[in-house]
Amino acid sequence: MQTLYTKLKQLFKLGELTEQRQDLAFITVAQEQLRPLLLHLRDREGFTHLVLLTAVDWMEEGQFQLTYLLNDRAGARDIGLRVMLPRDSATMDSIHDIWPTAATYQRELREMFGIGFPDSPGVNDEFILEGWNDIPPYRRDFDTLKYSEENYSHRPDRETTDPAQHMKQQLYPDEG
Amino acid sequence: MGYQPDRSQYPQQREDGSLDIDLTSGKYLKLWQGPQHPGITGNMSVELTVCGDEVVEGKTHVGYLHRGFEKLMERRSFIQCFPIVCRICVPEPDFNEYCYAAAVEELAGIQSPERADWIRTLILEMGRINSYLMYLGGQAGSLGQGVIGQWTTYVRDLMLDRFEELTGARIYHMFILPGGVRGDLPDGFNKRMEETLCEIENVLKDVYETMFCNAVFKKRTVGLGYIDPELIEPYGVTGPTARAAGVAKDVRKDQPYLVYPELEFEPVVGTDSDVYARADVRRRDLLMSVDLVRQILSKMPNDGKLMTKLPNVLHWKIPRGETYIRGECSRGEYGYYLVTDGSGFPRRVNVRGPSYTHAVALLERLIVNINISDVAGLMVSLHTYPPEIER
Amino acid sequence: MKEELKKRVIKGPDGFEFEVDPLQDYYCEAPPTVQPAAYQKIVEKIFNWARSESIWILGFGTGCGAIEMRPLMTPRFDAYRFGVQWRPTPRQANLFIISGYLSTKTLKRAIRSYEQMQNPKYVIGLGSCTINGGMYWDSYNTIKRLDDYLPVDLYIAGCMPRPEALLAGFEEMKKIIRAGKAEGGNLYAENFDWYKANQKKVIHDWDMPEHSW
Repeated sequence: MQTLYTKLKQLFKLGELTEQRQDLAFITVAQEQLRPLLLHLRDREGFTHLVLLTAVDWMEEGQFQLTYLLNDRAGARDIGLRVMLPRDSATMDSIHDIWPTAATYQRELREMFGIGFPDSPGVNDEFILEGWNDIPPYRRDFDTLKYSEENYSHRPDRETTDPAQHMKQQLYPDEG
Repeated sequence: MGYQPDRSQYPQQREDGSLDIDLTSGKYLKLWQGPQHPGITGNMSVELTVCGDEVVEGKTHVGYLHRGFEKLMERRSFIQCFPIVCRICVPEPDFNEYCYAAAVEELAGIQSPERADWIRTLILEMGRINSYLMYLGGQAGSLGQGVIGQWTTYVRDLMLDRFEELTGARIYHMFILPGGVRGDLPDGFNKRMEETLCEIENVLKDVYETMFCNAVFKKRTVGLGYIDPELIEPYGVTGPTARAAGVAKDVRKDQPYLVYPELEFEPVVGTDSDVYARADVRRRDLLMSVDLVRQILSKMPNDGKLMTKLPNVLHWKIPRGETYIRGECSRGEYGYYLVTDGSGFPRRVNVRGPSYTHAVALLERLIVNINISDVAGLMVSLHTYPPEIER
Repeated sequence: MKEELKKRVIKGPDGFEFEVDPLQDYYCEAPPTVQPAAYQKIVEKIFNWARSESIWILGFGTGCGAIEMRPLMTPRFDAYRFGVQWRPTPRQANLFIISGYLSTKTLKRAIRSYEQMQNPKYVIGLGSCTINGGMYWDSYNTIKRLDDYLPVDLYIAGCMPRPEALLAGFEEMKKIIRAGKAEGGNLYAENFDWYKANQKKVIHDWDMPEHSW
C-alpha cells in the first residue's frame, strides 16, 4: 500500500494515509481530486469494484466524511478514499457515470444525510423513507428516541431498566 | 457496454434519459408487483410499466423494512449492538454477527481464539446451506413448481435443528460474539450433522432431477435475465450472480478470512449467466458447502479456548479508527464498515448487503423487455433479501 | 393526493375518450359497517365453528416473522392439517398475521390490505415488536403498538416466535372465534374514526383514499 501511495502522490495531491490492514488503507483526498483519482485507480491500478459509498457525520468538527471504498480483486487489496465536506451545504459531484450502481448510494445519502448530488439520476426520489418531515435521520443531531416518543404511542407498562446498572449487576456483581 | 436490451419497439427516451411514456394513451399500464404479492422476494415492490404483457420499465421500491439500524447502533454500546445486528438479514443472520465481531475485534486489537474461528466458519457455512435451500425452493416456486419448496424446507428444518442444538435458536442465533463464540459443539454433534448432510445430498439429487432436468423449467429459465460479464464490475455484482457469468469472484478465495486458507475448495463458476445458470451455480455451491462443513468438522482442533477475555464491556471504549470487513455470503459480498471515535459507542456502522446493488440498479436494467410472468423468476434468481437493502 | 388518483380523461386504444375518477370508480365511499350476529344463537354458533376451522391467512410477510411461515406450510409443522392455509389476495383471506415490526411505510400497505379483507376478519400480532416495539423501541420508523392502528385479536410473543408458538396461537385463535369473541372487524367499524385518527398521526403523507375497499 505504501508503494501505491508514493506512486499516486506523484500524480495527485493526497492527504494522509492510514494503513488499517495489509490489504486495506484509507487516503484523504480533496474534493476536486476525487474524480481523476477514481478514474486513475479504476483504469490503471485495477480497482474496478466500487464496494460501497457512505458518509460519516463528524458533527463536532462540522464535517461530513464521504468514504469511497474500492476493491482490486486481482491484487486482493482495498482502498478507501475519504473526502471531507463542510457540514452545512454539503454537495458532491456524482460518480454515477463511472459506476452506475453509485446512483443508488447517492440517492440514499441524499435522503439519509441530506448531502446533495446534482446530476445523479433520480437522486431526489424517495428511496427508503416515505413522507419524512424531519431533518435527515442519519445526521448526528437527529435524536431517534425523542422522535419516537413524540410520534408513536408507547405501551405504558413497558419496563425499562438502565442497561449499565442492570448489566453491572449481572456481569460484575462484586465491582463496587 | 456489450449487451443492450432490444428497445426498438419501446418508447422514445426523453433528453433526461427517462422514457416518454404517456399513461393516458391506453397503450401502457402501470402494474405494482408487491409488497403484498406472492411473486415477490420479501417485503419490497417493483413498479412495472407494461405494454401488452411485456415490461417496458421497472422501478424498485424498497424501504418497507427500514428500522434504522445504523442509527440505533450509534446509541448502543458495542456489546449492546451485538444482539441487534443479526436482525438485519433474516434468512442468513450469521454474517452480520461475524462481520460486526471481526470489525470490533480489529479496531479494539483483540484476537479471537483459533477454535472459535473454526466454529465461526462452521456456522457461516451452515447458514449458507440454509440460505441456498430457501433459495432453491423459492426459485422453483416462482416458476410454478411448489413441491421443490416443500422438500428443501424440510431439509432446511433439519439444518435448523442442528443450529438449535448448537446455539439454542432457530433463526437468530446470536452466537458469534466479539472475542469468540458463545459455546462449544454439543456431544455427538458430528454424527448428527453427518446424517443431516446425507439427507441434504439425497434431497438435492431429487431436486436436480425434478427441477434442473425439467423441460418446463429449462424452457422458462434458459436465456432469461442474461447479465453481460461486462456489467459485473460497473454494477458491483458479486457472489453467485457474478460467478454464473464466468467471473470467479469469491471472497473466500480472493481475500480469505477465518480458516478458509486451510480448506480445500474451488469457486463454482458457470458460463451462461442466465437464470438457469445462476440456479445451477447455487446448487453446486450448496454441495460445496456440504463438503466444506465435512472438512471443517474433520480438521477442527479438538480443544482450545472459545472466548478471549473482553475488557469490562460496560466501559468498553475503542480508539478512533475505521475498518471494513467482508465475507462471502450466499448472495455475494457482505461487509461492515465500522467507524469508531474513541467513545463507548460506534460512530457509524454501514452495512454493505449484496442485494443493495442487485435489487435496485441491476434489476431495473434486467427487467426491461421480459414477460410479466417472468418477473418473479428473475427477481428470485438475483437472490435478494430486502432487509439488507434498507436495514 | 397521488397523480393516479386524480380525475382525468383517458383515451382508449379504440380512440374512445372517457372520464375516470378513481376515487369514485374504484373505491367505496361509505365507511365500514358493523356486521350483526345471526338472529338465532345456534346459527351463529355454527357459523363461528365453520369460521374457526377455515383460517385463511393473507400471504403478506410484513416483517422478519415471515421466515417462519415457510416451515409452517411444509411437512414438519404442516399447518394445513388444522385448516390453516395461505392465500395470495386479501379478498380470500380472513386472518392477517402482522409478522413483526411495521415501519410506517408498510403500515400504510397493511391498512389497505386489512380494509380489503372481507368480514369477519382477524388480526394476529406476531413477535415482541408488535406488542411494545420490542428491539426497535427507540426506532424512528417503526410503530410501537399495533392495536392503536388495527384491531388485534391475539398476540404471539417472542423474537422470533417458533413455529410451535404459532401453531399454539392458531389453536388459541380458534377458541376465541368459537367463543364468538373475535370481533375485530366490527370493532374497527365501530371505532373507525379513532383508528383513522391514529393512523393519520403516524402516516404523514396520507395520499390514499379514506376507505379502500
